[in-house]
Amino acid sequence: MTEAEKEFTIQNYLEFIQNKKLMGSKCKDCGAMYVPVRKLCTACNSLNMEWVTLSGKGKLAAFTSITVGTPYFIELGYDRNKPYCFSVIKLEEGPMISAQLVGVDASNPDTIKIGMPLKVKFLENELKGETKTDLGFEPA
Amino acid sequence: MGKLSKRVAIVGAGMSQFGRLYPLKRNPDLWVDAWVDAVKSVDNGIEPKDVDATYVGNYSSDLFNHQGHLGPQMADLVGLTPKPASRFEGACASSGIALRQAVIAVASGIHDVIAVAGVECMNELPTSLVTDALATASDALFEYPAGATFPGLYATVATAHFHKYGTTSEDLMRIGIKNHENGVENPFAQMQRSIAEMMQRKLKKLEQQGKELPDWKDEFDYLKSASNPMIAYPLRLYDCSLVTDGAACVFVAAEEVAKKYTDTPIWISGTGQGSAALSIHDRDDLTGFVATREAARQAYEMSGYGPKDIQIAELHDCFTIAELVALEDLGFYEKGKAAQAVKEGETKRDGARPINTSGGLKSKGHPVGATGAAQAVEIFKQMRGRAERNRQVKFDVERALTHNLGGSGATCVVTIYEK
Repeated sequence: MTEAEKEFTIQNYLEFIQNKKLMGSKCKDCGAMYVPVRKLCTACNSLNMEWVTLSGKGKLAAFTSITVGTPYFIELGYDRNKPYCFSVIKLEEGPMISAQLVGVDASNPDTIKIGMPLKVKFLENELKGETKTDLGFEPA
Repeated sequence: MGKLSKRVAIVGAGMSQFGRLYPLKRNPDLWVDAWVDAVKSVDNGIEPKDVDATYVGNYSSDLFNHQGHLGPQMADLVGLTPKPASRFEGACASSGIALRQAVIAVASGIHDVIAVAGVECMNELPTSLVTDALATASDALFEYPAGATFPGLYATVATAHFHKYGTTSEDLMRIGIKNHENGVENPFAQMQRSIAEMMQRKLKKLEQQGKELPDWKDEFDYLKSASNPMIAYPLRLYDCSLVTDGAACVFVAAEEVAKKYTDTPIWISGTGQGSAALSIHDRDDLTGFVATREAARQAYEMSGYGPKDIQIAELHDCFTIAELVALEDLGFYEKGKAAQAVKEGETKRDGARPINTSGGLKSKGHPVGATGAAQAVEIFKQMRGRAERNRQVKFDVERALTHNLGGSGATCVVTIYEK
């Protein structure tokens, strides 16, 4: 099966991320874009979708710097003394997406500015001997 | 469409003590306490034989207590089996949904009286696992792996609101200070202590320990200090509601039977429910909640009232930013204008439109699935002039509203009450 023929499932979307590709689905009928992918276009009720590769460029829409993190981020080594940023990014293609924001000073969140240009940064996180790619963004 | 086919009233409402009560109190104990309190509030008395069904709002007994199927469990404990008993789930809006569904069922004519329960016992889990259980109300596929915690999602909404409208951390602190001042007057509240009192206690403790005393001029200085640690920027500990065990009970009755129970029923004049994408990144507006706006639109339309007609309200202040945003989403203030109104004291107990006289989720506590029903309890008391201690508002309340928000804003129930 070629990439273009892959079904629009969560698993296939996540596998693209593992391979460091940020992909979305685009409705061939009305042009609506979905990231993460959707099989059904909720703008026009069409199933006529295609995979599209995203530029990975966007702007910071909102964020937080988290001192009391999720179990996964605690395992990654984040804590009160080393907070991390959760962010919502407005992609240049239109949709918004959630990702960790890196390359910023999470301990000084006042220095992080909404609207700042960002680019995708695939994060290779190692946990219990296994490497996993997580979606991240960093200042462009 | 959009109208109840008959009038529906609340004829009794009560609650258990809210607090960190596990293991002294578990779900069955909390619920029976709430039931007994609600039965006591029914002027002419009510008995199990009068009640046709049990509607239980509960978010996550499965994760908190390893117990599902709460409907019949709760019904049995107060003598309501073998009549219908069901559980409703919509995260922190669970018992708001149970109340709404009870109103709809009574209006349909299928039942005359329904006992609405809200129950949650959260402290059976340690705090880290409570946070993780709450996080299942947000999106587990795409938000959680990106590091989102529950406070983190509301904090993200806060940064968007700050950026667009110039809102500040002080604006949020005022909401926490106000709600704690109200909670002092609520004997059922988990934290019956003002922020000023907590500051004084901290100073006294430092003095006893012989430590250097900080230069705190007021509560704001205290709230900006290390004594109020950052949880998710810009939200600090005192911007967050509490981890609470508690239950509430509301009796909903059809108009033909309501007067049998009391001469002063509180009528449900509007109910609305809205939804939104689970992930905040899938919503157009990060500075507010579309589910609230939709629920409010329906409730206002059904009742024939608008925001200006509402005299008091219980709002879902799971985080201080949530109360600020709700003031705007409900139309009480224009977008970006609520912070100024809060600053001018309009939402205080002696203000133009008191908000969260109960102490809110911030001070009264937030047993998530019980919160919607507990909000109705406060409104029932305030509208009948029977709020305890010194928190009864000084005017006659003809119309009130409750706002019960689920998860990070993906579900909302708005209810409007009138005398």
